[in-house]
Amino acid sequence: MQAVNVRLIQITLLAVILGGWQLGVTTGVIDRFFFPAPLDIVQQVVTWVIDPGFYKHVGITLSETVLGYLIGTGLGVAAGVWLGLSPFTARILDPFIKAINAIPRVVLAPIFVLWLGLGLWSKVALAVTLVFFVTFFNAMQGVREVNPVVLSNTRILGARRSDLLRHVYFPAAASWILSSLRTSVGFAVVGAIIGEYLGASAGLGYLIARAEGNFDAVGVFAGIIILAVFVLIIDLLLDVAEKRLITWRPKAGEERPA
Amino acid sequence: MSIAAAKIEAVPQPGLPPMVTIDDVTMAFGSFVAVENVNLTVGNGEFLSIVGPTGCGKSTILNAIAGLLKPAKGQVSIDGAQVKSVQNNIGYLFQQDALLPWKTAFQNVELGLMFRGVPVEERRVKVMAWLEKVGLKGFEGRFPHQLSGGQRKRVQMAQALITEPKVILMDEPFSALDIHTRHLMQNELLRLWQEDRRAVVMITHDLEEAIALGDRVVVLAAGPRSRVIESFGVDLERPRNVSEIKLDPKFMTLYRDIWASLRGEVEKSYASR
Repeated sequence: MQAVNVRLIQITLLAVILGGWQLGVTTGVIDRFFFPAPLDIVQQVVTWVIDPGFYKHVGITLSETVLGYLIGTGLGVAAGVWLGLSPFTARILDPFIKAINAIPRVVLAPIFVLWLGLGLWSKVALAVTLVFFVTFFNAMQGVREVNPVVLSNTRILGARRSDLLRHVYFPAAASWILSSLRTSVGFAVVGAIIGEYLGASAGLGYLIARAEGNFDAVGVFAGIIILAVFVLIIDLLLDVAEKRLITWRPKAGEERPA
Repeated sequence: MSIAAAKIEAVPQPGLPPMVTIDDVTMAFGSFVAVENVNLTVGNGEFLSIVGPTGCGKSTILNAIAGLLKPAKGQVSIDGAQVKSVQNNIGYLFQQDALLPWKTAFQNVELGLMFRGVPVEERRVKVMAWLEKVGLKGFEGRFPHQLSGGQRKRVQMAQALITEPKVILMDEPFSALDIHTRHLMQNELLRLWQEDRRAVVMITHDLEEAIALGDRVVVLAAGPRSRVIESFGVDLERPRNVSEIKLDPKFMTLYRDIWASLRGEVEKSYASR
């Protein structure tokens, strides 16, 4: 009953906001140039969604996101596990890592465009720089926090260094990485969109930038809505992936007592 | 007095060839000396219990046998070979959970054989046999968090014993379990050990456990600079039932004698805090 009530209130609230907005635009209280009518925005979204050409843009943003995520995670895990295992190197590299991490990643976009052109790879590179550090710090933490008793036990059972990496260190790092999956995928999306926004010939970020260039507020708002849906769908997929991947971890309240 | 006591050489029951020899071993961390001049011999097939007050450096002796820590002085050898690095011919039962949380019971038990390159099919047969032996048939697909504390201990036992180690080391293996589970696990352990007697070194602060399980009980002095102060043979018949043996008059006599020796050390260890 409570749940139904909450839903009802939410829908009413949405109707009031959108209805008021629409009413404001039609009566002229709200300036159509800055805040286009909701119906116009919906119409624009529908026009895009039924146009097959639109999916080329979605596909490009999606591939940038996925590539950026995969490459960034791969590099981050490798570097994190390596530095987690050799504290000496980690101490040497620490100030450099901090310095690089301190650079706002957006300012790197022009350099990547210069190096890699206006195509896909400059966006992937931007996404990689964002994703890398999230995974890197998590993987390093994961390796450092491996239980020493578990480590001793595995060594006594006959594990060589490569066995330890495969059966102890990587899984330990992986659990931390999975817990940061949401954040890092979010960063990959941001990297791809910003890259497109700053200079591209296709992609969702490009659609928004183009609309903005034409003073087409309807296009900008429609782009924002599509992006939101895009991220929501990715989030749903991650939810499923997370449940599949970490079967070994206790769900809340499932832990058995001694 | 203390010099004379330090020279006590604890020898195994007659007739057993030595399996573990601890020869004049001193374990130190920087300037802190945990144990000093320890001499101990564990016979093949002998169950040795080591008791001592908390913080007397009992665990460092086990870690020296396992090769996880290097003695500052003296040497340890297993079956005649000097221990220089981490040993693979031993089984170590830790006090804490030592299972890999991301592997199922089956995969955890399988580890030792896998690292030794045993073929998959042979591994599967052995692991299933061991899981059945420790009473976990049907639980092979469970992850450690889906098992109770006692079940996790069983998995650890199977994991440590499947490689047929020459020596089994135990560091207060059951202290985290409730009393009923503990008795159950102790009996279980004795049953497994009885099948195929190997040298065992068990550390505990529970004197009842030490006597009920062991062939011999060695008492360590209060730390730091702990050493062996006395060694008692336990001539109780096997097979034993851990929960009933405590009513045996011989058990009570032994308990009184060993406690007389241990008590002073326990008091010392509290006084020095």
